[in-house]
Amino acid sequence: MIETRNLQKAFGSHKVLDGIDITIKKGEKVVVIGPSGSGKSTFLRCLNLLEVPTGGEIWFEGNNITDKKTDINKMRQKMGMVFQQFNLFPHLSVMENITLAPVKLGMMNQQEAEQKALELLKRIGLTEKADAYPNQLSGGQKQRIAIVRALAMNPDVMLFDEPTSALDPEMVGEVLDLMTQLAEEGMTMVVVTHEMRFAKKVATRILFIDEGKIVEENVPDEFFDNPKHPRLKEFLSKIL
Amino acid sequence: MEKLKEAFYNALIVDQRYMAYLGGIKVTVLISLLAIALGIAIGVLVAVVNVSAANSKMKWISGICNVYITIIRGTPLMVQLLIIYNLIFTSRNTNEIVVGAVCFGINSGAYVAEIIRAGIESIDKGQMEAGRSLGLNYIQTMRMIILPQAIRNILPALGNEFIVLIKETSVAGVIAVTDLTKAAQYIGSRTWDILPPLIIAAACYLVMVMGLTKLLSVFERRMARGDRN
Repeated sequence: MIETRNLQKAFGSHKVLDGIDITIKKGEKVVVIGPSGSGKSTFLRCLNLLEVPTGGEIWFEGNNITDKKTDINKMRQKMGMVFQQFNLFPHLSVMENITLAPVKLGMMNQQEAEQKALELLKRIGLTEKADAYPNQLSGGQKQRIAIVRALAMNPDVMLFDEPTSALDPEMVGEVLDLMTQLAEEGMTMVVVTHEMRFAKKVATRILFIDEGKIVEENVPDEFFDNPKHPRLKEFLSKIL
Repeated sequence: MEKLKEAFYNALIVDQRYMAYLGGIKVTVLISLLAIALGIAIGVLVAVVNVSAANSKMKWISGICNVYITIIRGTPLMVQLLIIYNLIFTSRNTNEIVVGAVCFGINSGAYVAEIIRAGIESIDKGQMEAGRSLGLNYIQTMRMIILPQAIRNILPALGNEFIVLIKETSVAGVIAVTDLTKAAQYIGSRTWDILPPLIIAAACYLVMVMGLTKLLSVFERRMARGDRN
C-alpha cells in the first residue's frame, strides 16, 4: 500500500532521513519508535508529503506521490493524519470540523456528512459535543475528535504523529483505546509513539529509527525481548 | 452667546446649507466604502500571494508585492492622489469620486495587506497542515481555515485602518471632489466665518467614526465564538 524507496530528507546540510526503504501492506499496524531527533516524525510527515522529500520515491496505492504530476490532494484524502497538537479548527464547531473536508471536497453532501459525523461521535461517546467548540473540550476529547475528523474521509491508512504526547496522563488511555479499536477493525496504521505498551499490544511490526535510518525492524515480541542492534538495546534499556 | 448661535445658524440653516453638508457626507461615505472594499480586496490578495510566494520558488512575486507596499507606504497620500488624478484625468470625463475611491483603495490596500499578513502568520502552522492533510488544497485551506481565524485576530487593527481611511478622505478636495471637508470650506468662504462649518464637519466625521466603531465591535463579538483556549 505504501512503499518508500531510498527516502531522503535534508534540512539544509542536515540529513534527517538517510535512505529509508520500507513497504507497508494493507492492514498492517506499523509502530515507529526512536530517540528524539531521530527523524521518525519527519518520516511520517513525508508519507503524505507534509514534508517534501529531498530524494527517493514514495508510492501509495500504485501512485508515485513524489512525482510532481500526481495530485497530492487526491492522495491525501485517502491518508488520514492525526497530530500531536490535535490541530482542530478552533473557529469551527466539532460538527463543522468533521464535515468540512468531506463536504467541500464533494465526497458527501452536508446531510450525509452530518449523519456520518454523528455515527462517529456516537462511537466515541461524544454526541453531545457536536455543537461545542474545540476550546470547550479536554485534550483527550480533542484528540479523539481529531481522529474522527480523519476517519470521516474514509481513509485507507491512518498516520499518527505522537498522538498522546501532548495529553495529560489520565487522558492517554482513552485515545489509545480508540486507536486499538481501529487497529482491531483492520485499519492500516502507521504510528509514531512513545507508548511501548501500545506498540507491544497493537503493532504487527515495529521500526526503530535512529539518525535517519531504520536500524532494526521486527515483530513486537522479538523486538522487545530479543533486540539485536546495540543502539536499540541501549534505547530499550533506557525506557523500559 | 447670541453671536455664536447666529454664526452656526448661518453656517447650517441659511440657504439650506445643511444640504451641502449632506452632499459632502454622501461623497465622503461613498469614497470611504468603495475604498474600504477595494482596500480589503487588494489587501487580502497581496497578503495571501505574499505569504504563499515567500515559501516557494516564485519569490519574485513576493518581491513585487513588497515593492507595491514600500512605495505606497513610503509616499504621502496626497501626492499619490494628485499623481493618480492627473494620470487618469488626462483622459477626460472621469468621475472624480471613482478616481478618489480607487486612489484611497490602492493606498489602504498596502496597509491592509501588511495587517492581514501579520494575521496569517499569527496562525499556528498546524492549522495549514491539518487542512492539507485532509486533502484540501492550499487555497481552500487558506480561505476556510486560515483567513477566518486571521481576520478574527486582526479585526481591531483592521478597524483602526478603516477609521484612519475615513478621516484621510478629507484630502480628497485636492482633486476637485466636494467631500465633507470641501463642502465646509465652501460654506466658510460664503459666510466669511470658516470656524463654525469646520466644527460642524468635524462633528460629522466623529459621528461616522463612532458608528463604524460600534459596527466593528458588534462584528468582533460575533466572530469571538469558539475563542480562547
